[in-house]
Amino acid sequence: MIEIHDLHKYFGSLHVLKGINLNVEKGEVLSVIGASGSGKSTLLYCINGLEPVQQGNVMVDGTDVHAKGTDINKLRQQLGMVFQQWNSFPHLTALENVALAPKIVKGKSKAEAREIAAQQLKHVGLGEKLDVYPSALSGGQQQRLAIARALAMEPEYMLFDEATSALDPELVGEVLETMRMLAEEGMTMICVTHEMGFARDVSDRVAFFHQGVMEEIGPPEQIFGNPQSEHTQKFLANVR
Amino acid sequence: MEPSVSFFSGFAPKDLLFLGEAALRTMWISVLSISIGTVLGVIFGWILYEGKWAAALTVAPVLDVFRSVPLIIQLVLFYNFAPIVGLNLDPFASGVVILTIYTAALVANVARGGIEAVEPPMRRAARSLGMSYWQDLRYVVLPIGGRAVFPAWVGVALGVMKDSALVSVLGYVELLKASQILITRTQEPFLILTISGAFYFALSYPISRYAASLERKWAQ
Ligand SMILES: Nc1ncnc2c1ncn2[C@@H]1O[C@H](COP(=O)(O)OP(=O)(O)OP(=O)(O)O)[C@@H](O)[C@H]1O
Ligand SMILES: [Mg+2]
Repeated sequence: MIEIHDLHKYFGSLHVLKGINLNVEKGEVLSVIGASGSGKSTLLYCINGLEPVQQGNVMVDGTDVHAKGTDINKLRQQLGMVFQQWNSFPHLTALENVALAPKIVKGKSKAEAREIAAQQLKHVGLGEKLDVYPSALSGGQQQRLAIARALAMEPEYMLFDEATSALDPELVGEVLETMRMLAEEGMTMICVTHEMGFARDVSDRVAFFHQGVMEEIGPPEQIFGNPQSEHTQKFLANVR
Repeated sequence: MEPSVSFFSGFAPKDLLFLGEAALRTMWISVLSISIGTVLGVIFGWILYEGKWAAALTVAPVLDVFRSVPLIIQLVLFYNFAPIVGLNLDPFASGVVILTIYTAALVANVARGGIEAVEPPMRRAARSLGMSYWQDLRYVVLPIGGRAVFPAWVGVALGVMKDSALVSVLGYVELLKASQILITRTQEPFLILTISGAFYFALSYPISRYAASLERKWAQ
């Protein structure tokens, strides 16, 4: 379970997250929507400790992410993350991309790591591309590679930061399909997204962020059918 | 035995051997300086990158001095002043020390550029997989940044190899010094400089060919 309590984040004097309280249960799929600059990416970075926080805390399965004694590298193995930019390692084949972290971070043997990698690549539909370099893959394939790379660490949670925003429209579907498949398998997911269809169909709850505040959270029926906050209404009117 | 010794004599086959040995010395002093200098340069480059303003005030100016003062002046100064502080180095050792520092100063900027070539999002992705700071440096930044600046590094290495000729001013008999000795004796500058040039070419050509083939391999 991810528990976020009174989380404040500043970049210098810029107050980016203004007291976020949010719990995400095991198995839940949460979509996070909101305008550009509302702090959605920053929230994800605070959850896996890529950004320090100034007040409040984030607990992952009872461990305080930002506490001094926390082994953040170990904790991050529980928190797979997929970014807008897919960031494939260009010097490694698809298989090596996925096998690298299990090998060096988890200390798996080379054979074991490759086994895991091949399995995860098949899982996301790249079973034919094991020995291909990222430069020969489409954006959608590279993003699925990034998903496989995160899954290879066998995380309990997956954080998606606009995983489809940098893709050509015709490639968005395959990545959303992969994310949907993970959701159906019971993965706990926090998805920052601009894909309202995905948020509506796949998530258990949807959170709307506005200027660093979580203005509204609820089941998709509420957020899309009967939004309570004026800002949510405005935002949704604009994206439709 | 032939008793008569003439001061001048023509170019003989054994002189080729003499030049060959000198070429080996050029290679040896270059290999030593370039490899140690590269390791140090990468460390300095990392300090420049991570150290921000603190490095800009300390390491950077020192490296700038070594990059901008002509090598020949550095060599002569070091060779003549090192004994004052109790360092009695022969010409070879002095040459290695100065060429190493000179290489390090050049490589530092190349290395910093290499680290900068790996965008923060890429490094965040690596860290998000649970890699430590050092694992990210070793397995992501080094191979990606290293490839990006490899051609620049090859340029530095070939330059240092040619610049190692300057160690001849200290009396170390590398390729250039050997050529001068032979020219004085044989009075055949064209022949000897051509041969000597061919040796330099023979030393650097395989390196640039190998570098080019590596780059081609990485490009695909
Ligand atoms: N490293 C940083 N340094 C300074 N300011 C930052 C940094 N990262 C983000 N910000 C600022 O924090 C605010 C929130 O940014 P964030 O990226 O979390 O927004 P977002 O909701 O993800 O927006 P988008 O939809 O554009 O991705 C923005 O005003 C942004 O300019
Ligand atoms: Mg964002």
